[in-house]
Amino acid sequence: MGATPEAIAEFALRMGDNCLILGHRDSEWCGHSPALEEDIALANTALDHVGQAQLWLGLACEAEGKGKTADTLAFLRDASGYRNLLLVEQPNGDFGRTIMRQFLFDAWHLPMLKALVHSSDKRVAEIAEKASKEVAYHLDRSTDLVVRLGDGTRESQTRMQAALDFLWPYTGEMFLGDALDDELEAAGIAPAPASLRPAWDQHVNRTLAEATLKAPDKSYAQKGGKRGVHSEHLGFILAEMQFLQRAYPGAKW
Amino acid sequence: MTSEWPLWEVFIRGQHGLNHRHVGSLHAPDAKMAIHNARDVYTRRNEGVSIWVVRSSDVVASAPSDKGPLFDPANSKVYRHPTFFDVPDEVGHM
Repeated sequence: MGATPEAIAEFALRMGDNCLILGHRDSEWCGHSPALEEDIALANTALDHVGQAQLWLGLACEAEGKGKTADTLAFLRDASGYRNLLLVEQPNGDFGRTIMRQFLFDAWHLPMLKALVHSSDKRVAEIAEKASKEVAYHLDRSTDLVVRLGDGTRESQTRMQAALDFLWPYTGEMFLGDALDDELEAAGIAPAPASLRPAWDQHVNRTLAEATLKAPDKSYAQKGGKRGVHSEHLGFILAEMQFLQRAYPGAKW
Repeated sequence: MTSEWPLWEVFIRGQHGLNHRHVGSLHAPDAKMAIHNARDVYTRRNEGVSIWVVRSSDVVASAPSDKGPLFDPANSKVYRHPTFFDVPDEVGHM
């Protein structure tokens, strides 16, 4: 039993929009990072994510079969059409919060992609195969920085704990499934979101312990992104990202 | 002041190259981050298959003021170049 093309398109949007929005957020640091080396590293991560978004959104168009392109999906869709997690659209805050957000996402992204490598849909498996190498490095790097900054100075520790407290309520959404997730799991396209939790818990708990940080014991999850209900921040991101194509439709350079 | 990260020299072995080649330098608090940073700063365009980093302070350099005594004497030793052999035509291109 395969999944419907609509289900695959919707799934590709969820994956692609996470990458696109997080990539855009990371790119906001370009030229502003605390050190030249970090600046380039974050820009690399941003570009990796935008590249991944291009693949996923391309798949969404192909599955949908209505002649759209990854570009039209990225630049001509309203906020309610976006399917990214609320976590990735949260404002950058300070450098510590940006790194913490990246870490919490990477720790989910890698096990997700590793599961997708075995997807029954070959196109999904191919994208996952390519992206998982990039993301393995992202996780390596963000984990390392979380430990350094958490177990760093009193100032950096305070900032990292504040970042963790702020972002924590947005992590639960990664593991909440809906009817679409059930359909994808039944068809062997994607894993059930909840099945990724143990790997995430293990990596995050071990890292936070090493970083002398404490996860809040609140389990309340902010949710809605996966079905297009977003925080006010996404509108501002899109206003900036889509301005050119909205103001000058079809502009090329 | 020690708030600045120490400087590291970066050496990359290229895809087809034989030796690690010096490509530049960067700042990092320790060796692990120096490797990460080198990967991000110097191998973005598929330049390498292996990275070495060395703390710049560990590099021992010859003194520029010694240039004369160190290198000038080699100038006039033409006999150190193997250019005084007659190569028979039969050998062809070497």
